[in-house]
Amino acid sequence: MTLWLMAGLLFTPLAWAVLTLLMNFAWGRLVTWGGIVVQVLVSLGLWLIVSRDGGFYYGLGGWQAPLGIELRVDGLAVTFVLLTAVVASACGLHAGVYIDPDKPWHRYFWPLFWFLWAGLNAVWLGGDLFNLYVGLELISLSAVGLVALGGKAGALRASIRYLLAALLGSLAYLLGVALIYGQFGTLSIAGVVFRLEEHAVPAGSGLALALMVTGLALKTALFPLHRWLPPAHGIAKSPVSALLSALVVKASFYIAARLWLELGEPLGSLAAAQLVGLLGSAAVVWGSWLACRQLELKQVVAYSSVAQIGYLFLLFPLTYSVSESVSLQAQQGVTLQVISHALAKAAMFLAAGNLILATGSARVDALTGVSRFLPFSLFSFGLAGVSLMSLPPSGGFAAKWLLLQASLGSGQWWWLLVLLAGGLLSAAYVFRIYRASFLESLETDEFYHPPRSLEVIPMVLALMAIGLGLVSAEVLSVMALPFEEEGSP
Amino acid sequence: MTASLLYSLAGAMLCGIGLFGLLWLSHLLRKLLAFNIMGSGVFLVMVGLPQHQGGPDPVPQALVLTGIVVAIAATALAVVLIRRYYHLSGMTSLEGERASREGGPE
Amino acid sequence: MTLTAWIPLFALMTSMIASVVIFALPEKGYRLRTGVNLGAALVKLALVVVMVWGVFRGVDYGLSFTMVPGVTFVLRADAFSLMFAGLSSVLWLLTTIYAVGYLEDSPNRSRFFGFFSLCVASTMGIALAGNLFTFFLFYEMLTLSTYPLVVHRGTEKALKAGRTYVIYTLTGGAVLLLAIAWLHGVAGDLPFREGGHFTDADPDIQGSLILIFILLVAGLGVKAAIFPLHGWLPQAMVAPAPVSALLHAVAVVKAGAFGIVRVVHDIYGVEASAALGLLAPLAWLAAFTILYASVRALWQRDLKRRLAFSTVSQVSYIILGISLFGPVAAVGGLVHLLHQGIMKITLFFCAGNYAETLGIHRIDEMDGAGRRMPGTSLAFTIGAFGMIGAPPLAGFITKWTMGSGALAANMDWVIAVLVASSLLNAAYFLPVLHRLWFREPAAGWPHERRWGRLETSAWLFWPPLLTAVMTVMVGVLASLPFSPLSWAELIVLREYSS
Repeated sequence: MTLWLMAGLLFTPLAWAVLTLLMNFAWGRLVTWGGIVVQVLVSLGLWLIVSRDGGFYYGLGGWQAPLGIELRVDGLAVTFVLLTAVVASACGLHAGVYIDPDKPWHRYFWPLFWFLWAGLNAVWLGGDLFNLYVGLELISLSAVGLVALGGKAGALRASIRYLLAALLGSLAYLLGVALIYGQFGTLSIAGVVFRLEEHAVPAGSGLALALMVTGLALKTALFPLHRWLPPAHGIAKSPVSALLSALVVKASFYIAARLWLELGEPLGSLAAAQLVGLLGSAAVVWGSWLACRQLELKQVVAYSSVAQIGYLFLLFPLTYSVSESVSLQAQQGVTLQVISHALAKAAMFLAAGNLILATGSARVDALTGVSRFLPFSLFSFGLAGVSLMSLPPSGGFAAKWLLLQASLGSGQWWWLLVLLAGGLLSAAYVFRIYRASFLESLETDEFYHPPRSLEVIPMVLALMAIGLGLVSAEVLSVMALPFEEEGSP
Repeated sequence: MTASLLYSLAGAMLCGIGLFGLLWLSHLLRKLLAFNIMGSGVFLVMVGLPQHQGGPDPVPQALVLTGIVVAIAATALAVVLIRRYYHLSGMTSLEGERASREGGPE
Repeated sequence: MTLTAWIPLFALMTSMIASVVIFALPEKGYRLRTGVNLGAALVKLALVVVMVWGVFRGVDYGLSFTMVPGVTFVLRADAFSLMFAGLSSVLWLLTTIYAVGYLEDSPNRSRFFGFFSLCVASTMGIALAGNLFTFFLFYEMLTLSTYPLVVHRGTEKALKAGRTYVIYTLTGGAVLLLAIAWLHGVAGDLPFREGGHFTDADPDIQGSLILIFILLVAGLGVKAAIFPLHGWLPQAMVAPAPVSALLHAVAVVKAGAFGIVRVVHDIYGVEASAALGLLAPLAWLAAFTILYASVRALWQRDLKRRLAFSTVSQVSYIILGISLFGPVAAVGGLVHLLHQGIMKITLFFCAGNYAETLGIHRIDEMDGAGRRMPGTSLAFTIGAFGMIGAPPLAGFITKWTMGSGALAANMDWVIAVLVASSLLNAAYFLPVLHRLWFREPAAGWPHERRWGRLETSAWLFWPPLLTAVMTVMVGVLASLPFSPLSWAELIVLREYSS
C-alpha cells in the first residue's frame, strides 16, 4: 500500500509532465484534471497513514543511501505534501479557465506545472542534501519557465532576473553541500548530526552552513536579497504567482529551516541567529511599507509576500539555545505560518487575478465600485487578507500567537514588537485595498463578471486559511514533533 | 600542500571569479558564462575535497555528473529566455529597468 | 456533548448562519432576507431566554476545545454574559426591524445585513467567551465586521471615518493581544471566574500584573472610548443610523466596557485589583471622561455627534461603577450596561427618524419637529430624560445606585461627579427638547418624505417607541425579579461572595 502511494506521489507528476508536453493546451487541461485527482488522493492517503502510524524512511527502488535516494516521510513532510496538493490543484483548476488557450506558448504551462509539483514533493520528502539540491533546481527552473509564460518583454526580464538569482542561490547552497561532504563524508542530514555527536566540530563547517543558508535565503527572498521577487511574482499570470508565493519560496525555506534545526545548535552562533531574525524583521517592516506604496494590485500582494516571509525567519533566533518547549512553540508557529500564508496568499493572488480580469486594469484605484458589483471576488480577497493581517480566528493568528508565546518564553521581547507592528502594517496595505473597493462612484455595472468557477476557488482557499486557526491544534498534532528525526539514519 | 587542498582552492578561486562576473557584468550572456564558471568551481571543490582515504571517492563523481546535467538544463533555459528577450526588447542586459513598473523607492 | 454545551454555540451560530445565508441571497430578495433576519433574531432571543432561566437556576452552559496548543476556546454562559447577550439579542431584533425600514431602496443591502448579522454574532461571542483568548477572537471579529458598516455609504467622508476607526481599533487590538499573550505567559490559560485569579498573587509577578492591567485597559479602552482613546467614535457617526445605534448602544462600545469589567471582576478579581492599586486611577480616568465628554457634547451642532459624545460620557459610568470597590456601586455600573443601551438606542433611532423623514441633521433645524412627529419626539424626550436621570426612568436607577455605592465606599467625590454630569446632561439635552416642543417650525423641512397614515414608515416608527417604553419599565419595575437591576445584583452577589 505504502509502496504504491509513494510511487504514485513521486512518479505521477513526472509522467504527467512528459505526457502533457505532447499535447495542446485544451488536452493538457483534460489530462491534468485526471492527474490532480490522483495526486490529491495519494497525498491524502499518505497523510492518513502517517497520521495513524507515524513517519518512516523509504529507500527509493530498494537502494539505500548514499547511492540510492532515501526519502524521509514524517508528519511534517506529508502535511506539506498535502498542502501542495491542495494549493497546486486549486491553481491548476484556476489556470485551466484563466489562461488563454489560444496563445501557442501557453501549452507549456502544463508540463512546467507538473515538473514544479514533482520538485516540490521531492523537496518535502528529501532526506539528503544533494537530492534536495536537485529538487530545488527542478522547482526553480520550472518556476522561471512559468513566469516567462507571460510572453512580453517585461515578463522575460523578470524571469531572467529570477533565474539568475535562483541559480546563484543554488550554487551557494551546492558549495555548502560540497564542504559538508568534504568534512563529514556523508550527505544525509541525519548522518551529519550523527557524526557531530561522535566527533568534535570540524573547522569551517560553520562556513558550510552559512553558505547553504545564504543561498537558500536568496531563493526565499529574505531581505535584503528580495529584489527579484516582486517583479517575478507581480508580472506572472495569477495562478503562477499563486504557486510561486504559496509554495516555491516555502521549499527553500523548508530546507533552510531543517538545516538550522538539525545543525544550528552545533554549527551556528547566537549572533548568526539574531542576525537572521533581524533581517526577517527588516523584511516585515520594509516589505509592508513598500506594499503600502504600490500602485498595482498584484505588486501589493507580491510585496506582502516579502513581508510575510520575514516572519518565517524568526524561527532562527527563537530556536537557538532556548528551552525545548519554547523551541517547539516557535517551530509550530512557523509551520502554521507557512501553511496559512500558503493558503491565504494563493487565495489572494487568484482573487486578485479575478479582480484584474473584471476591472480590466491592474491598478488599485481601478477597484472603485467592486464591492457593490463584484462582492464575491472581493470577499475572497478580504478573507485572505484577514489571515495575512493575522487576525483571529485565522491560521495566521494562531501562528502569531505561538510566535508571541515563544518570544515571551525565550525572553527575546524585541520580536514582540516586530510581530505586533507587522500585523498593523499588513492591515495598512490590506485596508487600502478595501478602501479603494468600497468607494462608491460608479452608478452602473461596467465590470466583466468572471465565471463562477474562477471565483469559487480562491474562496475555498481563503476559508481554509481562516478555518486553519480553529483546527490548528489538530493539524499540529499530526505533525507530532515537527522537523524532528525519528528512527536511525 | 595536498592535492585535495589544491583542487579546493582552485575551485574556490573559480567560484570567486564567477561570482564577480555574475554580479559585475551586465551583458546577459556574460552573466550566464560567469554562472557556468562558478558552477565549475563548485564541482571542483566537490570532487577535490573528499579524497582523504587514498583515492577518489565515487559518490561525488556521481553527484557532479548530476550537477552538470542540471547546469546544462539551466543554461539552456537561460539561453532560450535571453534570446527571446533580445528579440522582444532589443536589449542584452537588465539595466534601464529603474524607470520601469517595479516601482518602490529602492 | 450534552444539550447544555450546544446551546451557547447555537446562540452564536444563529446569526453567523443568518449572515452567510444573507450574503448568498440576491440583492432583490427583499422578503426572504427580512424573513431570515427576523427569524434568526427571534431564535437567538429564545435561546438567550432559555439560558437566562437556566443560569438563574444554576445550570452551567459551556463548551471548550483546544484551539492552539496551550490555549482553549471556551464558550460559557454565566450571569454576566447573559446580561450582555440579552441586551444584544433584544436590541438586535429591534434594530433589524428598524434597519429594514431605514435602508429601503438603498443599494448594497445584502452586504449590509450580512455584516450586520456577523457583527451581532461577534457580540454574542464576546458575551459568551469563557476566557480572554476567546474574548479576543470575537473582539477582533467585531472590528472587522463593523468596518463595512461604517463605510457603508462609500463616500470619501465615510471612508475617512472608517480609516480612523480601523486605526484606533486595530492598534487597540494589538495592545490587547500583547497583554493577553503576556498574561498567558505569566499565569497560563485563565478562564473567567467569579472572584478572579490573583487574590493571593505571587509578589514576584505583581509588577508584571500591573503593567499587563494597564495594557489590557488601554487595549479595551479604545472600544470603550475612554479619554483619550475616544476620537474614533464621533467620526464614525457618518454611518447609517441603525449602525450608529448598534455601534453605540450595543456592540462596539459595550464590548470594550464589558471586557474591562471581565478583567477587573473575573481575571484579576476586585480585591486583587484594589490591592494592586489599580482601581482608583481607573475611577479617576472614568470620572474625567464622564465630565470631559459631557462638556464636549455641549458644543456639538450635529445631533448625532452630540449623542456620540454623550455615549463617550455614559459608557464611563459602567467603568466608574465597577472601579469604586463596593458591591452597590458595582451593581450601578453593571445595570448601566443595559440601561444606557436601551436609552441610547432610543435616541439614535429617533435621530435616524428625523434624518430620514425630515432631512434634519443639525440641532438648529429641529425647531417644532415635535408637532410634525409627536411619536418619535415623545420617545426622544423619554430617552433624554432617562439620560439626565429623572426618576423613575432607567438612568435614575443607575445614578441612585451608584451614588449610594459611592457613599458606602466612602468616596464622596463621586457624588459631585454624578451631580455635575447630570447637570451637563440636562444642559445639552434640554435645549434640544425645548426646540422640539416649544419652537415654531421653520418654513419647511430640509428634505421631507411621507408615508401614509403614520408620521414616518411603520418600520421606523415602532422600534423607538418600544425602547422608550422599556426605558420606563426597567425604571418602574426595577425591583421585580429578572429586571436589569435584580440581575445585576445577582451578578455582583456571585462576584463578591466568591
